[in-house]
Amino acid sequence: MELKSKIPDGPIDKKWEKHKFDLKLVNPANKRKYKVLVVGSGLAGGAAAASMAELGYEVECFCYQDSPRRAHSIAAQGGINAAKNYQNDGDSVYRLFYDTVKGGDFRAREANVHRLAEVSNNIIDQCVAQGVPFAREYGGLLDNRSFGGAQVSRTFYARGQTGQQLLIGAYQALERQIGLGKVKMFPRHEMLEVIVVDGVAKGIVVRDMVTGEVTSHVADAVCLATGGYGNVFYLSTNAKGCNGTAVWRAYKKGAAFANPCFTQIHPTCIPVTGDHQSKLTLMSESLRNDGRIWVPKRKEDCGKPASEIPEEDRDYYLERKYPSYGNLAPRDVSSRAAKQVCDEGRGVGPTRLGVYLDFSDAINRLGAAKIEEKYGNLFEMYERITDENPYKTPMRIFPASHYTMGGLWVDYNLMSTIPGLFVLGEANFSDHGANRLGASALMQGLADGYFVIPYTIGGYLAGIKPGTRIKADDPAVKAAEQAVNDRTDKLMSIGGKETPTHFHRELGKVMWEMCGMGRNEAGLKKALELIPQIREEFWKNLRIPGSGNDLNQSLEAAGRVADFLEIGELMCLDALERRESCGGHFREEWQTEEGEALRDDENFAHVAAWEYKGEGQAPVRHTEQLTFENVHLATRSYK
Amino acid sequence: MSKHFNLTLHVWRQKNAKCDGKFVEYPAENISPDMSFLEMLDVVNEGLIRKGEEPIAFDHDCREGICGTCSMVINGRPHGPRERTTTCQLHMRSFKDGDSITLEPWRAEAFPVIKDLMVDRGAFDRIIAAGGFISVPTGSPQDANALPIPKESADLSMDAAACIGCGACVAACPNASAMLFVSAKISHLGHLPQGQPERYLRVRDMIAQMDAEEFGTCTNHGECEAACPKGIKMENIARMNRDFIKASLTYRPATTSGGGAG
Repeated sequence: MELKSKIPDGPIDKKWEKHKFDLKLVNPANKRKYKVLVVGSGLAGGAAAASMAELGYEVECFCYQDSPRRAHSIAAQGGINAAKNYQNDGDSVYRLFYDTVKGGDFRAREANVHRLAEVSNNIIDQCVAQGVPFAREYGGLLDNRSFGGAQVSRTFYARGQTGQQLLIGAYQALERQIGLGKVKMFPRHEMLEVIVVDGVAKGIVVRDMVTGEVTSHVADAVCLATGGYGNVFYLSTNAKGCNGTAVWRAYKKGAAFANPCFTQIHPTCIPVTGDHQSKLTLMSESLRNDGRIWVPKRKEDCGKPASEIPEEDRDYYLERKYPSYGNLAPRDVSSRAAKQVCDEGRGVGPTRLGVYLDFSDAINRLGAAKIEEKYGNLFEMYERITDENPYKTPMRIFPASHYTMGGLWVDYNLMSTIPGLFVLGEANFSDHGANRLGASALMQGLADGYFVIPYTIGGYLAGIKPGTRIKADDPAVKAAEQAVNDRTDKLMSIGGKETPTHFHRELGKVMWEMCGMGRNEAGLKKALELIPQIREEFWKNLRIPGSGNDLNQSLEAAGRVADFLEIGELMCLDALERRESCGGHFREEWQTEEGEALRDDENFAHVAAWEYKGEGQAPVRHTEQLTFENVHLATRSYK
Repeated sequence: MSKHFNLTLHVWRQKNAKCDGKFVEYPAENISPDMSFLEMLDVVNEGLIRKGEEPIAFDHDCREGICGTCSMVINGRPHGPRERTTTCQLHMRSFKDGDSITLEPWRAEAFPVIKDLMVDRGAFDRIIAAGGFISVPTGSPQDANALPIPKESADLSMDAAACIGCGACVAACPNASAMLFVSAKISHLGHLPQGQPERYLRVRDMIAQMDAEEFGTCTNHGECEAACPKGIKMENIARMNRDFIKASLTYRPATTSGGGAG
């Protein structure tokens, strides 16, 4: 397997412009002769499906939800970055590029990140034109706020529901194309296989989740925009349905999986309350604009109510350790700092796995009404879940799995190692390196969907003769369908005693403990023993009532858990082989005296992309060397 | 730790749209007040699966009150007893030991039952496809700050745009009317200058689709506003009706002019 990144020549700020000109075009009259499948309808998938249909391609779009409007992008709260410099505070495309490369701890591709920063401004223009009601100042101009890892205010937001509003914008654009007959939408359909003919992606196999019917769709290109695999931890901020199945099916058909161990643990989530917990809820990073994070200085004070701990006995540890970024230190750094104080026994709340996020200073300074205007829905959500009033007592927060920077390897055109298979948004690996900055996921999803794939897909399709699609009765199609049906039969026939959730929870415990915020060789090796044991037990002792030819939520869950049980193993293997600490990947063996991540640029300034070699065979690790010509490799400091 | 308690559930079970449904009683035991309502159902379902029975099918996804997927009528109220709260954000501390809870799907002609508590809300998507958008192809806009929008307009637009499309308004309405949902979209786009060019076309097309889907009409019961988990106001319906009247009075069929020069 060869990893050809296809980064264009020339200076960093001219690469995308040059590449757009160099890409071949498809004649407008020919566009309708090409069919493109888009799997996923979130920011990346929804934007891509709508934009490609506007260009004239025939598009089919698939999502597991009952409507494309419900994709998990909707849950993003805080905001979206763009280099508009409306605040006159020194922002620029170059600074956004620089911050993102540095924030990713120098493990992302410079050229991709620069393109992301360039199109960030187009995204805001597009969204405003669609009617996204971003927050505004009294003068009628757009408002901004700050997010972690940046010293400028470049984040655009719509109350605490930015993801919802951006997704509704993309969804409305998509529905417009559906109404015009340019996109055919398949909600409640789950992709279970990629059809590959002579090494080229030619279609997908999907299961209708209402009837259980398995059908194939053939096309000239396939785009996966299926999100991340953060639910491998069982408890995460992802929606319950988020899964890694589509990317894992593609991996098993020959798409390389890049940096699977790069996962983001978000510092500000509501802590776990008990074994019944089914998911964790994020409290937006934007809260750190006004909230101050602290724990008691002394262990003995941890059981007391926050109000009884005087100012001098509080440790505002982020402000103390990182004075220049303070409470807006990046996510990986903040999460690790929270873990450290809890490991020291200074955590708060009934489980002692929590730190305070305190708004009392901001409420005194700005008044409760101003805080409510900025964060009202978040405060309300917190109160619903915890039964505590954050206007009166500080919030309690703890880190949780939130995002996966790793994903399918793609070249500059967003094409995977399977020609014709493109990967967009969180599902690919390309832009965030080892740590994603806040408000950059929305930016990347929309960049890929609105402004990258509409160009690069043309470059690919122009090389295919129109009308040469495979037929629906092609042997490759039948074989892919058979593989899906066999797998369903296998799952349905185990006849054991335990539920899919049971195994998912077991896997999650291993992943969180051994491949979570801190990782070490012994733990990862232990996880690599335990995961195959859980998997073996799964295939022996799983129970799924009902039938495969009907709506069956247990079967859906079981198929996803079966894939997580394999993804988790690859994550641990990747974490074991990456013998350095960078961003969200913290190997305890590699840290500075102050407990910060210690990179090894000599040996690991590369992307690790794993190639599937078959059932029971060890996957092969390939590397793509990263070169930093513009942002010079330096120790990342937020002090 | 808070004390665990027991409940009795009366759940609507229906195999699919063609079969008849019926209520079935299930015990829910050892429930923690810190559980969300859906986590309580998870516990019941885990028990059913272990016994080899089919679990209760229900729609859910984000479990943080924003995706609009969860949809069940709890003791006669869409999303249950707590105001401005989706089912997934409802917690068991709203109930007490020994309570009986009745669970039903959204009941409306336009939302056919798929299985148990799951319904098909595709009608909402078709209403949006009919006109719930601003026609702006990717790549065409001007700079975002070229058009200042008064904060008040942006805020009113945002208030309406907060709709999550869950359908509780339809489930709560004695007429199964979708007018709160439709009017929220009309207001979201209609409060903004970008939404003006298609304002009257939009209201006509969306209402035509709403009628085609066989939703009922509004007779001012106000149940929709009371059930809405996002606090969408009935004043949006009044606003939509005004736009609709104006749209009807000023309607002219589109004229098509023949081919251009060249």
